[in-house]
Amino acid sequence: MAISLEEVLKIAHLCRLEFAEEEAKKFSEELSNILDYFKKLQTLDTEEIPPTFHAVKLKTPFREDEVQSFLDIDDILKNAPELKENMIVVPKVVKAP
Amino acid sequence: MASIDLTELTITKTLTLLEERKISSVELVEETFRQIKKVDPKVKAFLHLNEEKAIEEAKKADELREKGVKGRLLGIPISIKDNICIKGLPTTCASKILENFIAPYDATVIKKLKAEGAIFIGKTNLDEFAMGSSTENSAFFPTHNPWDLERVPGGSSGGSAAAVASRMGLGSLGSDTGGSIRQPAAFCGVVGFKPTYGRVSRFGLVAFASSLDQIGPFGVNVEDTALLLQIISGHDPKDSTSAPFEVPDYIEFIKDNEKTSYKIGLPKEYFEGSTDKEITQIIEDLINKLKKKHTIKEISLPHTEYAVATYYIIAPAEASSNLARYDGVKYGFRAEAKNLIEMYKKSRAFGFGKEVKRRIMLGTYALSAGYYDAFYLKASKVRTLITQDFLKAFKEVDLILTPVTPTPPFKIGEKISDPLQMYLSDIFTIPVNLAGVPGISLPIGLTSNNLPIGLQIIGPHFKDELVLSLAYQIEKEVNTKFIPPVVKNS
Repeated sequence: MAISLEEVLKIAHLCRLEFAEEEAKKFSEELSNILDYFKKLQTLDTEEIPPTFHAVKLKTPFREDEVQSFLDIDDILKNAPELKENMIVVPKVVKAP
Repeated sequence: MASIDLTELTITKTLTLLEERKISSVELVEETFRQIKKVDPKVKAFLHLNEEKAIEEAKKADELREKGVKGRLLGIPISIKDNICIKGLPTTCASKILENFIAPYDATVIKKLKAEGAIFIGKTNLDEFAMGSSTENSAFFPTHNPWDLERVPGGSSGGSAAAVASRMGLGSLGSDTGGSIRQPAAFCGVVGFKPTYGRVSRFGLVAFASSLDQIGPFGVNVEDTALLLQIISGHDPKDSTSAPFEVPDYIEFIKDNEKTSYKIGLPKEYFEGSTDKEITQIIEDLINKLKKKHTIKEISLPHTEYAVATYYIIAPAEASSNLARYDGVKYGFRAEAKNLIEMYKKSRAFGFGKEVKRRIMLGTYALSAGYYDAFYLKASKVRTLITQDFLKAFKEVDLILTPVTPTPPFKIGEKISDPLQMYLSDIFTIPVNLAGVPGISLPIGLTSNNLPIGLQIIGPHFKDELVLSLAYQIEKEVNTKFIPPVVKNS
């Protein structure tokens, strides 16, 4: 199953990655090989088989929605790339009117 | 005070020595750092060392012991894979995107270990975001196998396995999504356990593939591994996938069942095909010995051959979603850019390594419109078949024995340029994660090249104690201490 250079670039955009053309070409080859290997699964009849999304079927009840204090807010903010007072700065996302 | 020979120590033995005041925790931790300084320049198991704080904690542990305080790990030095958060220490996942990230809180497993008095000596190397089978995908440097420095220690928890094998710390925690504890344990000659999915809380573990990830322990023997598992197991309100079940007393169970005979299944699919002859031979010899005590029968897990393809659709699909959070906004690496989309793209393009990008791309493709049914949904259905294989098998037998890996540890560089070959090296460990059952890797012999060989024991859901029990019996049968040359010669 071949995956074209164009498709590689489209997927890259979807997952917010970018590649130089050489790199993208290499990816299209590698991904095509891997997808070829996946074809193996198509030989199995799974028409009647339900999918498994969780390895262990458990009833996991929600916990009570209680506010708990987290005292180390500064430790979280320290990891931010850019701060202004207690706020994280990001590039502008809205256009000026 | 007697001098400390690290190769003689296990966690349980050390606790006795500490209790009898034959050694102190400070002496032990200092000796451990001497060992790290001697051996780690060759093995490179650690990304960060925590020496100053560890010695401080050791002093505290000695003081507490004097006051009569007991802790199941009081004063015991251990290492932690660098995708598990310890407050105040880096958690990089061996990725440039988290190079400067300092964990603001403790993972639940770390809280539990701290409560028992464990001392954290450092964070161990891994394949970036736990994606890989050799630790070569670390953005910083590869780890070397202590048995042969030209070979890989396995992965992704290669740093943890190599550290324990090299006696740099008495135990470690890793994570296992497709074999990332068991395969490196086999390659390094230590015990590594992947608990049942849901047995151990993952709160504070950096997520890779959430329906498969599980934290588990490494030890130099089964008893130490069982002790670590005992401490980290149990329900956690902060991880809704952790099971609200009682945790049995693992140590008591393995000791009470030293003589119990089990019905053991050998899945024929794991013993035919291209598995290395020496591995097959060592396992066959062992099975012949086990026959005297246990009932051994051939079983079938017919969908084994589909496991790798299934896994490499499901795991990347989940990873592509989990890793969307690394966008350069709230934490991690941020690239300079003119607008937000460009910032996302440039931060991620620079911050992620090749294998991580490959899996994000693969996962995004498998989930994208038009391909979801053919890939992700199909794989999720095949996952049901693989799980049913195990459920059926466990109606006939108590436990299943298999090799851990199809080959002994391979050379650094040997498989890194061929992703599919690398993926196939996980063929015997992946089905266990897909089914969510527990599995252990236990060292049982050495090849003619002096490389360790592991045996995998697989049990039914939440029967982790059965797996440990048989491992404990086999360990006695094998009766070998696995000390790598890099330790002997140091």
